[in-house]
Amino acid sequence: MHTRVPESKAELDGLFTELYRSHLRDVYSYSYYRVGNHHDAEDLTEQTFLQAYRHFERALRESNGRPLRPWLIRIAHNLAANFYRDRSRKPESALEDADVISAPHTTESLVEGREELRAILAGVQQLPNDRREALIMRFALGMDNREIARALGRTDGATKVLLHRAIRQLQGIVSDEVAEEAK
Amino acid sequence: MSAGATDFESLLREALSPVDPPADLALRLEQTLVSLTELAQEELEAWELSAMRDPRNWARPVAAAVVGAGAGTALVALRVRSRHRSRKQQSANFFDLAERTLRDVAQEARRVMQR
Repeated sequence: MHTRVPESKAELDGLFTELYRSHLRDVYSYSYYRVGNHHDAEDLTEQTFLQAYRHFERALRESNGRPLRPWLIRIAHNLAANFYRDRSRKPESALEDADVISAPHTTESLVEGREELRAILAGVQQLPNDRREALIMRFALGMDNREIARALGRTDGATKVLLHRAIRQLQGIVSDEVAEEAK
Repeated sequence: MSAGATDFESLLREALSPVDPPADLALRLEQTLVSLTELAQEELEAWELSAMRDPRNWARPVAAAVVGAGAGTALVALRVRSRHRSRKQQSANFFDLAERTLRDVAQEARRVMQR
């Protein structure tokens, strides 16, 4: 969403509605993979948009026409951090009823494929926070390096390194798990 | 990039597929946002009508307009709304309620503007 600062409250609300409709799925996906269950993901999504509404005009002014998705995801990121701090909770180790796991499959190769996906999801939850978040933003939300950098408050270069290390670490975790199961 | 890495990224993309929000979440959120906007409008109108009766209060609608024009409206509306029931219980009649609402909005507006 690239836009200028609106001149009226109605225009501001209209732009916010547009932002909300365009990115509800992004914020919900991010929240879901951060907190690991639908109930808390709904809470987090709701709080993110209410917070975004409060600061929307300033964000528009300061964005200089750049897309607002990284700003929105940064709000969700900060709220998720508070969520764990306030409730002294950690992300749940297993994601509840993830579609990739519950999807029906008919052939042996597909079953193997699903197990690999299950191992990947479990591995993502074992990564350090910043690496896990970068992977969620890249693969669940399809954000590019620049967007992820803005959402995490890092440089483009640091983000590229972060993503590379996250993928390598995850590959290691999944390989170890597969080797362990084969024993 | 090696073929193995590409395959792994494809699997990762599949594992972390986007998750659709429940339909009732979208509905609930839209209702909340719409009611925030409407509430702010109603509170400001009540404030203006009441304040006009006393010239000493004429500065307040100006402050309301300033707050109403920005995203600070939501914050004022949220806080004022949370105390609506207690104001209603304490009020003897509509004008008393309007006065109490006026004072509450004025207080919150001042707080928001001082931030």
